Amino acid sequence: MSRSSGRTPVLTPYLQVAPLALIMLAMVGIPIVTVVLLSFWQSDGIAIYPEFTWDNYRLVLTSPVTLTLFLATLKYAAITLVATVLIGFTCSYFLVFHVRNLKWQIGLFLLCTIPFWTSNVIRMVSWIPFLGREGVFNQALMAAGLIDRPLDILLYSDFAVVLTYIHLFTLFMIVPVFNSMAKINPSLIEAARDAGASGWQILWTVIVPLSRTGIALGSIFVVTLVMGDFFVVRVMSGGQSASVVSAMKNQIDQLFYPEASAMAVLLIVVVLMMVSAILRIVDIRSELAR
Amino acid sequence: MTTTGKKTGGLNRRGFLKASAATAGAAAGSGMLGAPMIWAQNIKDVELNQVGPSYSVIADICEQASADLGFRIVPQTADSTQLMAKVVNQPETIDIADLEFWAMQKVWRSGQLQPVEIAKIAKWGEMTPLMREGKNFDGSDLSRQGTMPFEVMYTGGPGDTEFAAGATDHATTMPTIYNADTVGIRPDLIGRPIETWAELFNEEFRGRTALVNIPQIGIMDAAMALESMGELTYGDKGNMSREEIDHTINRLIELKKAGQFRAFWSTFDESVNLMAGGEVVIQSMWSPAVTAVKARGTECVYQGLKEGYRGWGLGMGLMGHLEGIKLDAAYEYLNWYLSGWQGAFIARQGYYSSVPSTAQQQLTANEWGYWYEGQAATEDILDPYGAVMDKAGAVRDGGSFETRMGNVACWNTVMDEERYMVQRWNEFISA
Repeated sequence: MSRSSGRTPVLTPYLQVAPLALIMLAMVGIPIVTVVLLSFWQSDGIAIYPEFTWDNYRLVLTSPVTLTLFLATLKYAAITLVATVLIGFTCSYFLVFHVRNLKWQIGLFLLCTIPFWTSNVIRMVSWIPFLGREGVFNQALMAAGLIDRPLDILLYSDFAVVLTYIHLFTLFMIVPVFNSMAKINPSLIEAARDAGASGWQILWTVIVPLSRTGIALGSIFVVTLVMGDFFVVRVMSGGQSASVVSAMKNQIDQLFYPEASAMAVLLIVVVLMMVSAILRIVDIRSELAR
Repeated sequence: MTTTGKKTGGLNRRGFLKASAATAGAAAGSGMLGAPMIWAQNIKDVELNQVGPSYSVIADICEQASADLGFRIVPQTADSTQLMAKVVNQPETIDIADLEFWAMQKVWRSGQLQPVEIAKIAKWGEMTPLMREGKNFDGSDLSRQGTMPFEVMYTGGPGDTEFAAGATDHATTMPTIYNADTVGIRPDLIGRPIETWAELFNEEFRGRTALVNIPQIGIMDAAMALESMGELTYGDKGNMSREEIDHTINRLIELKKAGQFRAFWSTFDESVNLMAGGEVVIQSMWSPAVTAVKARGTECVYQGLKEGYRGWGLGMGLMGHLEGIKLDAAYEYLNWYLSGWQGAFIARQGYYSSVPSTAQQQLTANEWGYWYEGQAATEDILDPYGAVMDKAGAVRDGGSFETRMGNVACWNTVMDEERYMVQRWNEFISA
């Protein structure tokens, strides 16, 4: 270390991070700074004036709608998170510990990704003819004599929204959980079994703790995706429900950019708090370095 | 031609006559249109970007115009809201903007558009009084609720960012298309006549109605319904007071909690699917969406109601940066627009032309009778792309041009209390 310390080695790490840093600065930093600036400016519904004002934040923070919107969005995020963790963990567990053949493992894993070969929008919209009043599912239930009139709750409801979220985002949970599970040394499980642990004990005291990095990473993906969504909510609730971003979209459509920016800043703050809470529970950095 | 020309070593008599006749024709043609003559060489290089919503900026129309005029019109579609933002923030990316009249209320004061010199629009005098004078067919005043086109039609002159109260020599935009909107219904699922806006909130249709999720339009449809239920009379449905907004939204929230609505749609296709899939039986709708439902073989009627229609319309605005040959070309295009081809094309989509007389020349008697006069079709009615959209014997929903446009109760608009209204609308949607 001391021998090789010259000018170049000192600079090397900086040069190495420079490309990414520059891209992040241009693609993430500048837009966020713009949004923050905009949130303090005034508008008259068409033109924007660069004059400082707290009005946008006053409007956003004092309106009862804001709280309703955040609670609604958080509710979606929470339900989706629980469901995707359960499904993602189960799928990964099956792939890692039950499918012993590597070829099968890779094959089944690829199977999970097949839905991703089509666009998000198509996968979402394809639920509509399936769940609708005159849709396949309702017709099947009616043909089977289980119901005598179509179930309205299947489509244009919170149920439809959450179902679509789970469908769209479960893979984002499967991949990281699978990844951390695959790293678990099989001899650890053998050792646990030799020491007399039952199947549940192994699962709960060995596998779950060792998979938590994956669960944490997957949770970050799922939570941020749900918090930032407006399209799924709009289409699958038939416009009956709103999320934070869909309300923002309404404001943007009416050219109230500064109000929308204030809302965006608030959303960023909330999401950052959620992500840092997750990172507090699981130290992803040290776990990944393992 | 060329071979004879080569043989005689110059221009022969026939060729010369032909060429001069063409020049004379072009001169006469442009003279007739009232636009200055432009040298054919330069004008070929002109390219005009026309930006507007998809129901107004249509590629087929731009292609026809390019072929007729010899320069290129490049169509680009953008929602009205996107377009407003573009006009204000990136004016150089647009040459001609197709703006809704309500949008003019927001963008005209930005000063990014230049007025249209009425003297350069040959057919202005033949334009329907609905647009030109703000008068109904019988000479009475049109409803002033909302943005009546006449209110935003004229301005003092170049550089003026206000609207003029009466007719002047300068128009803010040149009116192109307009229509009267109402609710779409499924007569097969309702099974009885629907005559009033109040039916939108009738308990009989609980869970089977929908509103458009565009705040300023959705709230007006709701206001039409509440007013016809006798709940309250609005001073101006197009410009509600805070109290009126509160009352309307509170009632909407009550209705929503009682399960009155199946959905709130945002896009054209959503409204079509809701109707065609039997999810709703009565809802806010656009005219072509009703056509699209019919095209799927499902019965659907654009039901005229006794309280009247919600009117809307668009004009073509010239961006401020247009000058010289580009401006001349733009005026030629504007004049071409009123010469009939475009009017006939959009008539087949159910919209009206600002100069119906020229559209009539390009429509068959059967088409004119069906679309404008409310008469039964004598043969099948085709849409602009040649598909059958109504059978012989059918009559247009709501009847003739006069009965539909003559019965507009309010116009699409933006309200003074818009910011508050949008906030309350968001509350309604998230309730």
